[in-house]
Amino acid sequence: MDYFPLNWGKPRATGDEHNWLATPGMAGAHARRADMSPTCYAPAGPTSHTSSPIVTGTSVVALKYKDGIMMATDCLASYGSLARFRDVERMVPVGNSTVVGASGDISDFQYIQHQLKDLEIDEYETPDGHHLGPENVFGYLHRVMYARRSKMDFLWNTLVVGGLQDGKKYLGCVDMRGVTYSASTIATGYGAYIAQPLLRKAVEGREDTLPEEEARKLLNKVMQVLFYRDARSLNKIQVTTVNASGVHISEPYSLPTEWGFAENIRGYGAAQN
Amino acid sequence: MFAQQPPAMSAGPAGAASSHAIQHRVSPYEDNGGTSVAIAGEDYAIIAADTRQSEGYLINSRYAPKAFQLSDSSVVSCCGFYGDATALVTYLKQQMEFYQFNHDKPMPTPALAQLLSITLYRKRFFPYYVHNILAGLDAEGKGCIYNYDPVGSFERYKYQASGSGVALIQPFLDNMVGFKNTSLQDNPPFLPLNKALQLVKDAFTSATERDIYTGDQVEIFIITRDGVRKETYDLKKD
Repeated sequence: MDYFPLNWGKPRATGDEHNWLATPGMAGAHARRADMSPTCYAPAGPTSHTSSPIVTGTSVVALKYKDGIMMATDCLASYGSLARFRDVERMVPVGNSTVVGASGDISDFQYIQHQLKDLEIDEYETPDGHHLGPENVFGYLHRVMYARRSKMDFLWNTLVVGGLQDGKKYLGCVDMRGVTYSASTIATGYGAYIAQPLLRKAVEGREDTLPEEEARKLLNKVMQVLFYRDARSLNKIQVTTVNASGVHISEPYSLPTEWGFAENIRGYGAAQN
Repeated sequence: MFAQQPPAMSAGPAGAASSHAIQHRVSPYEDNGGTSVAIAGEDYAIIAADTRQSEGYLINSRYAPKAFQLSDSSVVSCCGFYGDATALVTYLKQQMEFYQFNHDKPMPTPALAQLLSITLYRKRFFPYYVHNILAGLDAEGKGCIYNYDPVGSFERYKYQASGSGVALIQPFLDNMVGFKNTSLQDNPPFLPLNKALQLVKDAFTSATERDIYTGDQVEIFIITRDGVRKETYDLKKD
């Protein structure tokens, strides 16, 4: 059954086919959109609402290990196919036991960072003895993302929240529609296709025994594979570790890559005679 | 139902030439898959849901529960768009707290059934894209199951499936729980709890074979007058 009443057909005022911005109170005076989307929740007039992301970040990958969680992102903000900003930090600490990483629109992530700052200030100002942990930050971001989605004014991000809550490891992901899940390995964007299988194989079942060095090597390997295969990635990355001693976001560093195999392949290597 | 979603990209208004700008319209919904089954007996109700959360061909999580215990006597399962499912359950839990404070008793299942219906209908023009099943005990202590559509139409049943595997499981339940098209269909015998539990497990293992969105784990809630018990079983992960 078609639940959207505006798709049930009604007499159209002629000459108004081009007025596709719905205005409340003008029922019948606006053309039905060709994509059949309901106009009942379209905003009135030219207010800003969902469009498409402009400056974007690619995958975020994260995993649980023995002492806490680790998360990695590259330092690239792309402008379509242009690798525009190559020193962007896509992970931010919140409080002293949470890190939030974002993929998607960078301007929306900067707005989210602003909101998180306000959250930290409110928490600081309220002397109730409680401290914000990853589950609290995640719950907050979930509501923000879902609320914006319900206004059809999306924050075009997939956020990964990780940290230690009362000594327990936590990793959660929330996307632009407010869909949430928690797992011991998380990867967004292309990472979900390329990195997730590698992460799951290495981590699943070993969340409490995986040593830090092995986790770090795994993340480096995964980011390297992503650099090889994701056309909107960069080999300059940051890795964040959250454990009992706090949130440590590393300085950006470059990953080594190996292109030598291509030398003798026709079409990949240098021009051959 | 998800076939009605607007496509992500669209041309301008109907009838317009291609000279108009392309309107990029993103759907506020997505299908996160999953299946749920519920059976109501003489003095029990069983409700089960798998735990896989999908997005197209991706598996987001192997453990994202879809059945939520709301009280000592009510469990609701929500299959469809997970964002709406979690928002709906949060709202229901809040309303149940108010009920407790206003009436000085926990909210009984039939009252919750009505609440869920009006909650869904309130968003008639921007629906919660969830298929709910509510399970619990009625005023007489008998098992009750209520099945919902996304906008709140509901009815009490003895057994029901929902979600991506509904077409695979519902006919099985019609035959094995309703005894339809068998010689016992006019006087269906009493189904004991252990038999019903086995049917639910079989329903899930079967659905997992053929439905790509069903699998990983199934959580089965058993509601009796002694409270709610949860059992978890593994399902195939492919």
